[in-house]
Amino acid sequence: MSERAAKVTPTEADEQDDDQITDSAAPDAATDDTESATATTPTPVTNGAQSVVRALENAGVEYAFGVQGGAIMPVYDALYDSEIYHVTMAHEQAAAHAADAYGIVSGEPGICLATSGPGATNLVTGIADADMDSDPLVALTGQVPTEFVGNDAFQETDTTGVTKPVTKDNTFASDSDRVGTDVSEAFALAREGRPGPTLVDLPKDVTNGETETEPDEPKTPDTYHVQERADAEIVAAAAERLENAARPVMLLGGGVIKGEASEACREFAIEHEIPVVTTMPGIGAFPEDHELSMEMAGMHGTGFANMAITHCDTMLAIGTRFDDRLTGGIETFAPDAEIIHIDIDPAEISKNIYADYPLVGDAETVVDQLSAAVETSPEAKKWRAQCQQWKSDYSMAYDAPEDEPVQPEFVVEALDEATADDTIVTTGVGQHQMWACQYWTYTEPRTWVSSHGLGTMGYGLPAAIGARLAADDDQDVVCIDGDGSFLMTLQELSVAVRENLDITVAVLNNEYIGMVRQWQDAFFEGRHSASDYHWMPEFDKLAEAFGAAGFRIDDYDDVAETIEAAIDYDGPSVIDVHIDPEANVYPMVPSGGDNGQFALTEDQL
Amino acid sequence: MKRGLDGPAPEERPTPAGRRNKQGIRIDPEVEATHDPRRTVISALVKHEPGVLSDVSGLFSRRQFNIESLTVGPTEDEERARITVVVEEPDPGIDQIKKQLRKLVPVISVRELEPDAMRRELALVKVSADRPDQVAAVAEMYGGKTVDSCPETATIEITGARQKIEAAVETFSQFGIREISRTGLTALARGTDETAAPSSAGVAADEMNRQDEHPHTQTADDD
Ligand SMILES: Cc1ncc(C[n+]2csc(CCOP(=O)(O)OP(=O)(O)O)c2C)c(N)n1
Ligand SMILES: [Mg+2]
Repeated sequence: MSERAAKVTPTEADEQDDDQITDSAAPDAATDDTESATATTPTPVTNGAQSVVRALENAGVEYAFGVQGGAIMPVYDALYDSEIYHVTMAHEQAAAHAADAYGIVSGEPGICLATSGPGATNLVTGIADADMDSDPLVALTGQVPTEFVGNDAFQETDTTGVTKPVTKDNTFASDSDRVGTDVSEAFALAREGRPGPTLVDLPKDVTNGETETEPDEPKTPDTYHVQERADAEIVAAAAERLENAARPVMLLGGGVIKGEASEACREFAIEHEIPVVTTMPGIGAFPEDHELSMEMAGMHGTGFANMAITHCDTMLAIGTRFDDRLTGGIETFAPDAEIIHIDIDPAEISKNIYADYPLVGDAETVVDQLSAAVETSPEAKKWRAQCQQWKSDYSMAYDAPEDEPVQPEFVVEALDEATADDTIVTTGVGQHQMWACQYWTYTEPRTWVSSHGLGTMGYGLPAAIGARLAADDDQDVVCIDGDGSFLMTLQELSVAVRENLDITVAVLNNEYIGMVRQWQDAFFEGRHSASDYHWMPEFDKLAEAFGAAGFRIDDYDDVAETIEAAIDYDGPSVIDVHIDPEANVYPMVPSGGDNGQFALTEDQL
Repeated sequence: MKRGLDGPAPEERPTPAGRRNKQGIRIDPEVEATHDPRRTVISALVKHEPGVLSDVSGLFSRRQFNIESLTVGPTEDEERARITVVVEEPDPGIDQIKKQLRKLVPVISVRELEPDAMRRELALVKVSADRPDQVAAVAEMYGGKTVDSCPETATIEITGARQKIEAAVETFSQFGIREISRTGLTALARGTDETAAPSSAGVAADEMNRQDEHPHTQTADDD
């Protein structure tokens, strides 16, 4: 925590000045004692906005991301005196993505702020993204004064109405005495149980209104229940099923990482020698360099992962919602498998795939329960050999002839090579995202930061900003982006430069919205309607215009050296990597298709 | 250069024997097990606060749950309201409805009522009053009450289960129906059985673990 605070440079001086002004009796060099005294007895709040900020401080918030504006000004005024470091973003969407990524990497809710009307609506994409991926996030939006609400006042939007379907919960604050506690509650709800985004809409009269009421500690409302432990009888039955499995597979979803169950899952898999497949949000839950790892399954999952989930007879699925990009057609998903499903959200049990053994509870707790209940490992030697065979049959090896344009897989591998194991990868959405999944070897949780459920182009750069602030100082942050995706939020380079954030953006530039182009080639007779992006700017020069370092790669010869220079650069850098525009992502299961029938080439589609 | 990856082509791969139905339930590939929709009543106790009705109705439209009626009203506790929903879904859908409702933060408890629960609906039926005696006779037949009459119209209030209301409306149609307003169904469990009680954590946990066995054959009839 303190190392993070050490990165806070721009306002540190101001804050110290402020301290001296408010504490004028203190000698020049404040002793530790007086510092902790001011920390334990903060100045009492005088209005709703200060109570909002106090609630964030009480919750341990260190960073907030946002953009100023009329209706949120009281809150920003209260932030002015706070230790919370506010990162002004160029666009509110980016504030939400940065907060989302901050939440993914740190495990604590990320905070974003926006004004009413357009500020709030600009947040919506990021909130929806967090909702789909169950990322902890708290959005605070300004609102017109209560007496104007409903009159179509200037910059009035029904923010709680608009965001209801994309939040875990939201609240319209109606009382200055209670608004701080509303925020505390929103923070607790974002974090507890299945995480997700929450929002508090803050009318200006409520934040400006006088109050001396300090907010309550973060606590979920009493109607909110989370079940930690699964039913012991079902655990016992599931354990027996696992013991007798001939073809067991573990399927780890994002819930494993959010539930801090990666370690418990690793131990379980290794002890019982069960092959492990992950979903896309589950990447990092199990080390991909382990021999039991079958890597990611689903639409662009590895062939061996898809063979394993298609042919298993017992699936231990943890923290996954069986999204259609994972399952393909429901009819052909793991059709021989009895499913043991662990999830903290009872509504995910049997929503898409029927759970033979429904285990509602916290992932780590339930894996421990299961671990205690399983007495003998399944006899699955033959199955493991089969899985290894599939790993060689369906190897991800690709062609990269010297005389052809640079292949994207090679670039991803080179980036992986040039960075440490704990490096955080963020992405946009498209082919580059899939190559980033497939050709980077993830070994640790919270190092893969992407937009899974919503598939939001433009996520990569703002996410890298949020991830950078949440990461340890010695961790690298790399954004593997697409040209189309980067173009959607690249204004945030200005923020990365201003804050001197050490991130490297590698744009896999195919001058196409390549994923669309690939589908057009496969399903629309190659008619490239609105997918040809030959009009892309020169991203390296653009980066320089922002004050970042710009690099460009055209040939294999440049790859290693340029990547090294960009990674070494202390500050934001952008590599415009001109890759083969015709490169496609394989394997591929078409939408609703049979996972076992993945295509390895276009003519197999 | 070669595009794509190496490996056995789809038709060269082994295929599993099993299959699932659309609801993700493993089935015998020979028989198509379908789950027919059934009508049932779900009762939810909720916090009586602004927005909760739109939370609930928004959930139903967003998730494409089929609802026939939704009613809301206060309870003995002024901080709580009861929402009664009549839904028509196959069993897995009904399961989802209950679980999704429970996830809404202002929702205190949710329960599907037994088929024998008390179910009532109120209808106001405004008919032409050309034959007032006959109108009165029909009203009486259905235990209805005339709440308004004038030379042109008579308005009858009828309370009962859905089938009774439908039968009454059918009979009244001979006089020429001008307008109808129905409240939608409200319901309570019988006797000491509690409809949707504020759950202790233990009850909630039990509810979470329980999932209806599929396939389910129970049908819920109106009383
Ligand atoms: C905000 C948004 N708009 C549109 C899409 C649809 N879409 C999915 S992938 C894709 C292509 C992305 O292009 P680019 O970022 O260049 O990545 P590439 O596929 O070329 O690697 C598009 C347009 C989306 N996912 N998100
Ligand atoms: Mg592209």
